[in-house]
Amino acid sequence: MAKRIDVTDLNVYYGAFKAVEGVTMTIEPRSVTAFIGPSGCGKSTFLRTLNRMHEVIAGGRVEGKVMLDDQDLYAPRMDPVAVRRTVGMVFQRPNPFPTMSIYDNVAAGLRLNGVKNKKTLDGIVESSLQGANLWAEVKDRLNKPGAGLSGGQQQRLCIARAIAVQPQVLLMDEPCSALDPISTLAIEDLVGELKNEFTIVIVTHNMQQAARVSDRTAFFNLRATGEPGRLVEIADTTKIFNNPSEQATEDYISGRFG
Amino acid sequence: MSTLTREGRAAGESRAQPRSGDRLSDQHDQQPPDEGATPPGGRPDDAALEEMGNPHHGRAVKDAAARVVMWGAFGAVIVPLVWILYTVVSHGVNLLLSSTWWTNNQRNINSGDTGGGARHAIEGTLMMAGVTAVIAVPIGILTAVYLVEYGRGPLARAISFTVDILSGIPSIVAALFVYAVWVTTFGIERSGFAAALSLVLLMIPVIVRSTEAMLLLVPNELREAAYALGVPKWVTVVKVVLRTAFSGIVTGVLLGLARIMGETAPLLILAPYTKNFQRDLLHGNFPTLPMMINQDRGDIGFATAAERMWGAALTLILLVLLLNVIGRVIARAGSAKT
Ligand SMILES: Nc1ncnc2c1ncn2[C@@H]1O[C@H](COP(=O)(O)OP(=O)(O)OP(=O)(O)O)[C@@H](O)[C@H]1O
Ligand SMILES: [Mg+2]
Repeated sequence: MAKRIDVTDLNVYYGAFKAVEGVTMTIEPRSVTAFIGPSGCGKSTFLRTLNRMHEVIAGGRVEGKVMLDDQDLYAPRMDPVAVRRTVGMVFQRPNPFPTMSIYDNVAAGLRLNGVKNKKTLDGIVESSLQGANLWAEVKDRLNKPGAGLSGGQQQRLCIARAIAVQPQVLLMDEPCSALDPISTLAIEDLVGELKNEFTIVIVTHNMQQAARVSDRTAFFNLRATGEPGRLVEIADTTKIFNNPSEQATEDYISGRFG
Repeated sequence: MSTLTREGRAAGESRAQPRSGDRLSDQHDQQPPDEGATPPGGRPDDAALEEMGNPHHGRAVKDAAARVVMWGAFGAVIVPLVWILYTVVSHGVNLLLSSTWWTNNQRNINSGDTGGGARHAIEGTLMMAGVTAVIAVPIGILTAVYLVEYGRGPLARAISFTVDILSGIPSIVAALFVYAVWVTTFGIERSGFAAALSLVLLMIPVIVRSTEAMLLLVPNELREAAYALGVPKWVTVVKVVLRTAFSGIVTGVLLGLARIMGETAPLLILAPYTKNFQRDLLHGNFPTLPMMINQDRGDIGFATAAERMWGAALTLILLVLLLNVIGRVIARAGSAKT
């Protein structure tokens, strides 16, 4: 249920603008990899290339190679829709479907892909909500609107929705930045549990969070605005935070920069 | 002049002074002058307060002016509206309460006669609106979906431009166009359907523009959420985007319907009035409420005809109102849950 991601020499463009340059990294299965770095260095941009969500943006394109185990995500015959079913995503702002109930939100990915069997859906909705640590809070109001939950609950609902389609990899772009500390803690705990099943990549601006939840940390930086962002280094989180190889990493982590 | 008193006091007050009960009188001000008044550079408070006081005074004047203008505009809209409603209701309501109005047609009823009803015209107007909507709504919604979700480049711009032009076409021109094609070129007879076709031309741009506006309101995050679940784009558009915009789209359709139901020029040219029931849209004359109004207006010298005219006008207003209510119910049932 979890796959390794191998990225080789990846460049990402928005039209003529090169946003990310020359990223090569390996993301280990069943672990949490955190992306840190100053604003605008291309963390979100790079993250979105891991499930081809950058293609949704006009002008977005990549050069380079992304392998999911032995599948080439950018092979000419690869269907981006299939890629996104395998590599799920959770966004910065909770975005439950406003017209749908809690149940329907979680079931949305399956329903919209044609799963109709009520028993199957019931089972997956329950296990996904349990997986997202939300079941106890919502089990008595599954038919209430998803937009009526608190921000933290909505974000966990979005995580439940993402894991309901049973992806191999879960990408999270600053999933806690719109949440209070308690909800943030709930999500962090959840990430710790989810890594037993999924490969998780999480973008965060919160250094403590990266240190708390991740096994490996990648530091991105950009030399100047207008320049493309680059991967400075990726290593075990303890190494990045205690003994980074690059001066820039050390500066960023100790707050002397960015 | 509370502004003045406040300014006077504020200027003499220093921020260092403890906040006294005196502040109570400031509560109605949006921004009490002793809060947030310390400039970052640590300038003397008095200067800062004075600076804050003046724009505030200016704002109060602007606020009052805007209020007057707004109420004036509101009155300018509401007075004629109430007046129209009063006139139509007072002249027309009697007929609507008569037993035959909702069941009979005007067959064999001459201008000076009483009796008969408007059933034929009500049915005709509803049928024509229905046929028009059945053709115009899908075309309009699909066009809007194309423009918002798919269209890029010259084709989309050309379509958008065409819709702009279409929405500026006078109804009589649309009618003449259909006449030229339908009657002159193809030699088909004038009919309710021909009139409906010209109404389609008038309704499409209304639907396109209102649907477009509603689709643009759907946050991109929802589309992305669906894509990230591995949902194909067209399913996302149908099940998420259109679904989320549903109530707005319904409202747009109703506005479009309201617009065409009272349209008269195309009927004058393409669908001559009849006092009989007529359920065949493809052949012969066709009764509609605007044409009934027009007919009786021609005989306005007869008190009976004048009354019928007001009755038909009130009926038309009520139909549009009823459609709006139905639409609102549908829209509410299908709108975003919170
Ligand atoms: N839709 C877009 N179109 C064009 N350029 C974009 C787009 N999105 C991002 N960019 C540019 O790409 C670069 C990287 O942006 P990105 O959002 O990936 O940064 P980030 O590291 O995620 O920043 P943050 O931490 O603020 O979220 C920036 O220079 C940004 O201006
Ligand atoms: Mg970002």
